[in-house]
Amino acid sequence: MKTVESQLNKLDNKREKDLLRHLVSTSLQYKLWVGFLLLIILIGMFAYFRQLKYGLVVTAMRDYTSWGIYISNFVFFVAISLVGSLFSSILKLNKNEWAKPLTRISEIIAVSAIICAAAIIIVDMGRPDRFFNVIRYFRIQSPIIWDVIIISTYLVVSFLLLYLSILPDLAFCRDKLTELPKWKKRLYRITAINWVHDPKQIMMLQKVTKILAVAVLPVAFAIHTVTSWLFATTWRPGWDSTNLGPYFVSGAFMAGAAIIIIAMYFIRKHLNLKAYIREDHFDKMGKLLVLLSLVYLYFNINEYLGPAFKMVGVEGEHITELFVGKYAPMYWFVQLGGLVLPIVFLLFKGMRKPLPIFIISTFVILGAWFKRFLIVIPSLQHPYLPIQGVDESYLHYNPTWEEWSITFASFAWFLLIITVLIKLFPVIPVEKHDHVSKSNPILNILKNEN
Amino acid sequence: MDDNTNKMDSRRQFIKQISTGGILAATGLGINSLTSCKETSQEKTTLLTTDGKLVQVPNSEIEAMEHLHLGVPPMEARKGIPGKRFVMVVDLSKCKNARKCVQSCDKHHNLTPDRPYIKVLEMKDNENSSPYWMPKKCFHCDNPPCVKVCPVGATFKRTDGIVLVDNERCIGCRFCMAACPYSARVFNWGDPPEGKLDVPYSPETSLPSKKGTVAKCDFCPEMLRDNKLPHCVTACPNGVIYFGDEIDDTVTNGEETVRFSTLLKDKAGYRYMEDLGTKPRVYYLPPVDRLFPFEKENLEISES
Repeated sequence: MKTVESQLNKLDNKREKDLLRHLVSTSLQYKLWVGFLLLIILIGMFAYFRQLKYGLVVTAMRDYTSWGIYISNFVFFVAISLVGSLFSSILKLNKNEWAKPLTRISEIIAVSAIICAAAIIIVDMGRPDRFFNVIRYFRIQSPIIWDVIIISTYLVVSFLLLYLSILPDLAFCRDKLTELPKWKKRLYRITAINWVHDPKQIMMLQKVTKILAVAVLPVAFAIHTVTSWLFATTWRPGWDSTNLGPYFVSGAFMAGAAIIIIAMYFIRKHLNLKAYIREDHFDKMGKLLVLLSLVYLYFNINEYLGPAFKMVGVEGEHITELFVGKYAPMYWFVQLGGLVLPIVFLLFKGMRKPLPIFIISTFVILGAWFKRFLIVIPSLQHPYLPIQGVDESYLHYNPTWEEWSITFASFAWFLLIITVLIKLFPVIPVEKHDHVSKSNPILNILKNEN
Repeated sequence: MDDNTNKMDSRRQFIKQISTGGILAATGLGINSLTSCKETSQEKTTLLTTDGKLVQVPNSEIEAMEHLHLGVPPMEARKGIPGKRFVMVVDLSKCKNARKCVQSCDKHHNLTPDRPYIKVLEMKDNENSSPYWMPKKCFHCDNPPCVKVCPVGATFKRTDGIVLVDNERCIGCRFCMAACPYSARVFNWGDPPEGKLDVPYSPETSLPSKKGTVAKCDFCPEMLRDNKLPHCVTACPNGVIYFGDEIDDTVTNGEETVRFSTLLKDKAGYRYMEDLGTKPRVYYLPPVDRLFPFEKENLEISES
């Protein structure tokens, strides 16, 4: 504790102290949280071990419901990962200065989510040992290959965006945090490469960041559109839709905004960053969430109104199942609790205060997860030809404990990656570049092109 | 893995050698002439082993065996039988859900009754129309959605029209199952029921099946190579299933052989869900002038 204080005393101002405190001091709460996550991961790993040993028979998936919560969870994580591009591209290019402190949180979440998405798709494979067949045989006709290409591209771009934005802070940590354990000092020394705040370096960094901010946008749209094509390229009811691409992308942005609000709430509370993540941030995020939800609502209406009006064959059966059948409670929870009511509530200023908007966002995220369940599973249960002459267990899908614990382990991984990244690196940029660019005419030209 | 390739190589060699007809005839004759004098003879016969060695075996040790249809190894299985375009015609007016096709298929593919390749579906197009039985297997489409979506080319279309699965390449992503509009595919969710089956793997027999890979009706190409009909065709007591070659324009149900084009013309043959554009190689003849009344009891009898 003493070293913590002496370390913090060396820093110049309150801002630096506030933003770096959690890097040098480790609370009991943090340890318990990491331990809890590791426990969930361990249980999930045991379940996965069983799956490797006995095969996918330990899941509730069978010949008709051949994709289950692994795939819907995959779609969920891909959706979440889009939030990185929302902040580091859309809001940044539109000069939304208020969103700046949230950019790094969003990039950390994006990287973590896309890693989990990639991992969960391997969990879903019947033969994970043959993963490299995908590269060996690489049939470009297959939408799965498109997804592999775009996910790896997005992973690289997101990682670069995160790393480049963090780079000056790494150098800052290397220079200022001198009383850290050896491995941490070494970490900062290596990861900061040779950053010395040279104007040339800064200019190059800003250029690259700008290029990436533009480049990430089509990649981000593509990643979720291609994921939607995994479904839209088939004839299944509910998937056979030209609306699926924008429907997925808009849903992803909504879920992304909600997860940022949840992250903001926790980070602000546990890292004592009330002065940096302010109430007006929540207010603005609330408005943004309403906007994104309205767009998603629009695509939802497009997705369901046509088929519900026509009620053609299996498409009609599928819609009936969702609206009034077996999946009706989940469907209406998702559509009302996770979409319509949040829009209505968030229109009121009082609801955009930290606690209420945190609760509303939790509902949005829950809705988003179950929405993906509703997209993947009921469609598979309405094939063109009737389901007959198979074992009774093939008719239903109730995920087994193995599936749930692997899914929860994926959430735990997601949170653990975020937790560790936040612990190691300043979550809000310490280094402000504004003064640098103002004093530097070259950079001013770059900045003031609008 | 090494072991596997060795096995395959030696088998390929064997097939090459065996196809030099002379040796085949010699050993064949040897077996036939010697099985009768099994007990007394101390003479030895020279035989060719699978790895190409000539060995001498006492005649008393030689037993005649049923001809095994093994199918060809994975890479060869991709080519198809030259000069053939296989088609199937299912006459719905003759089917009474005897389920012999299902049982025979299950037997030869080592399947359990809860997840057969062939399903006989009870169909009823609308409230007023009368129900009928529809045997359904893989349609071996000419524009197969399953082949299009496979990321590794584990499922493929051959020149003879057959769509097969190579379960030594399949990664178990199950995209083909989602893509198939006819639910033709089954998955080996756990270990295959037969345990360890000691035959060399061939996509043509779909045996032995492997955990974590997809499988489906394969049109029994190992039988077709020997100019024999698929098991479901010969098993059907009512001559429902016709099988043959589009190029020859003949199909047979084992009893009668008819012109494929004439059959389709005379009996208004159609393909199921033509509008999907998958171009199935399985045709149906409508359930008119039924041979049997529609009875559900058949189902229970055959299941008990």
